[in-house]
Amino acid sequence: MNKTPSTITITPDHDPYTPHGTENSVSQLATPVRDQPGELPLVPPDPVMDARDLNVFYGDFHAVHDVNLKFGRNDITALIGPSGCGKSTVLRCLNRMNDLVTGARVEGAVNYHGQNIYAKGVDPIAVRTHIGMVFQKPNPFPKSIYENIAYGPKVTGMKVDNMDDLVEEALRGAALWDEVKDKLKQSAYGLSGGQQQRLCIARTIATRPDVILMDEPCSALDPIATSRIEDLMLDLKQDYTIIIVTHNMQQAARVSDRTAFFTARPDETTGNRTGLLVEFGLTSTIFSNPRDKRTEDYISGRFG
Amino acid sequence: MSVATRSARETVEIRLSDGRSRERNPASILFLIALWFSLFFGVIVLVSLIVDTAISGAGRFDANLFTNYESKLDKSTTGFRAGILGSIWLMAFTALLAIPLGIAAAIYLEEFADRRSRFNRLVEINLQNLAAVPSIIYGMLAVAVMGLLGYQFKGIVLGGAIALALLILPVIVITTREAIRAVPQEIRQGSLALGATVWQTTWRNTLPSAVPGIATGTILGLSRAIGEAAPLLMLGMAMVRWDPSSIESKVTALPMQIYHLSSMPQEEYQVAASAAIIVLLVMILGMNALAIFIRNKFQKSW
Repeated sequence: MNKTPSTITITPDHDPYTPHGTENSVSQLATPVRDQPGELPLVPPDPVMDARDLNVFYGDFHAVHDVNLKFGRNDITALIGPSGCGKSTVLRCLNRMNDLVTGARVEGAVNYHGQNIYAKGVDPIAVRTHIGMVFQKPNPFPKSIYENIAYGPKVTGMKVDNMDDLVEEALRGAALWDEVKDKLKQSAYGLSGGQQQRLCIARTIATRPDVILMDEPCSALDPIATSRIEDLMLDLKQDYTIIIVTHNMQQAARVSDRTAFFTARPDETTGNRTGLLVEFGLTSTIFSNPRDKRTEDYISGRFG
Repeated sequence: MSVATRSARETVEIRLSDGRSRERNPASILFLIALWFSLFFGVIVLVSLIVDTAISGAGRFDANLFTNYESKLDKSTTGFRAGILGSIWLMAFTALLAIPLGIAAAIYLEEFADRRSRFNRLVEINLQNLAAVPSIIYGMLAVAVMGLLGYQFKGIVLGGAIALALLILPVIVITTREAIRAVPQEIRQGSLALGATVWQTTWRNTLPSAVPGIATGTILGLSRAIGEAAPLLMLGMAMVRWDPSSIESKVTALPMQIYHLSSMPQEEYQVAASAAIIVLLVMILGMNALAIFIRNKFQKSW
């Protein structure tokens, strides 16, 4: 076994999806059975979403510069990079959550099935019913578990024949049903952090979205809860397209099909750091054979 | 243990326990005494006032105090029925006017208003200032409003309710805003990310979570209003000897009646007024206690 495995070593025959020996057992639990990475095309042929020349400004501050990305159907796409590189900002552009930040301005296009969600006349509320989001910190509503799930379908006016069935289906979908089926009427605040996060995922899939955005969904969770969420993501990708921001490179390597690496470039005059996309490709390529020196430095732990 | 370690420990022990404490030097003690004196001065004045009032009113804590009207013939059984009922009526209509208005204004300012707009900033500054405006000014405002509504005699339930509602409106708006602001942003984002509108998010998530805070602020506002006499004086509220029956009935309030009776020369009226002051104090303390109870019972930890 390799003696220095704290970062992923780049060797030609190294499989980035199998962590080395001294990695904790959790990551091995989460190691999925995968298709051969080589079978995936380099660029998703039929993207569900794509960003074209995406620029984001907060007031005068240029947060993200010229991002071009394509998100393939039933793919898990990981956005990685050091803090302040704009990966969360990009994620929040994908369902117009950035609209809620005062002074935020988005240029360029984000297409969802070919339709620019920033075009005039597009209702951000409708966008968010198709593109759901799971946040960094579990944020269940101060209501019962049942009410948490039923909330989305109620507010979006979804036609539901039997709410009980929908709640069960969503909770099963998020691998939470067996743990909570006897306490659906109890407050969601009584659940553990990992259960709360799976509840938030269940809440999102109850509205039957097409795409699920996840903003560092495991950063507040312990390794066991993290591995359960990772397993869940791999289940969910059968039905959904998932885009995840993560600080954990092992996580990106374990779950994602494609990875986008961002970095921050300081402005020469103001010193403000603008995020930009460095490299986008198959996760296997990014982690084993990155084209860009900055990607290599970052994933091998020499930077960030 | 090496010699070096031992000597270091001894040095520290000597330094830490030399028997002198800077907490106990004369300047500190003097300052502490000054602080205690300030505290006791306030508390003692208040306590002696209450005790003095309670003693002078002690003879009149009987049923007549609550059930009788003011009486010129039998001064020793004079009661505050009109004032107590009047105060209750005024509070009910004040709450009816001020709570919906105040909560709606607070929701607008917190959840919908563009904080950068000049107009909204002006509104915010004015709200802060309005909370400090003397209550008699609100009385004058209510007189003007009643005049516009076409009322000749303004000392009626509606007039009093308008004056008191205007008085506590800024208090309700400010406390409601604080309660709404205390609801974490993550909850709103979670709701919006599911495709809820801002209105649905506010109505179904933010407001229910903020209810304990809003209730507390509202009750504290009302307990301020129930003790007010100045704005009611401006409206020309007179002595009445009947129960209020509609929003247009002439009315008096407990503080008004106390003010009126304590300015009379007769000993019996003075005693009755003292007893009524204690009744008023109990009512206010009861409301404040309810507010504290609600806050402790329902407050959320996020």
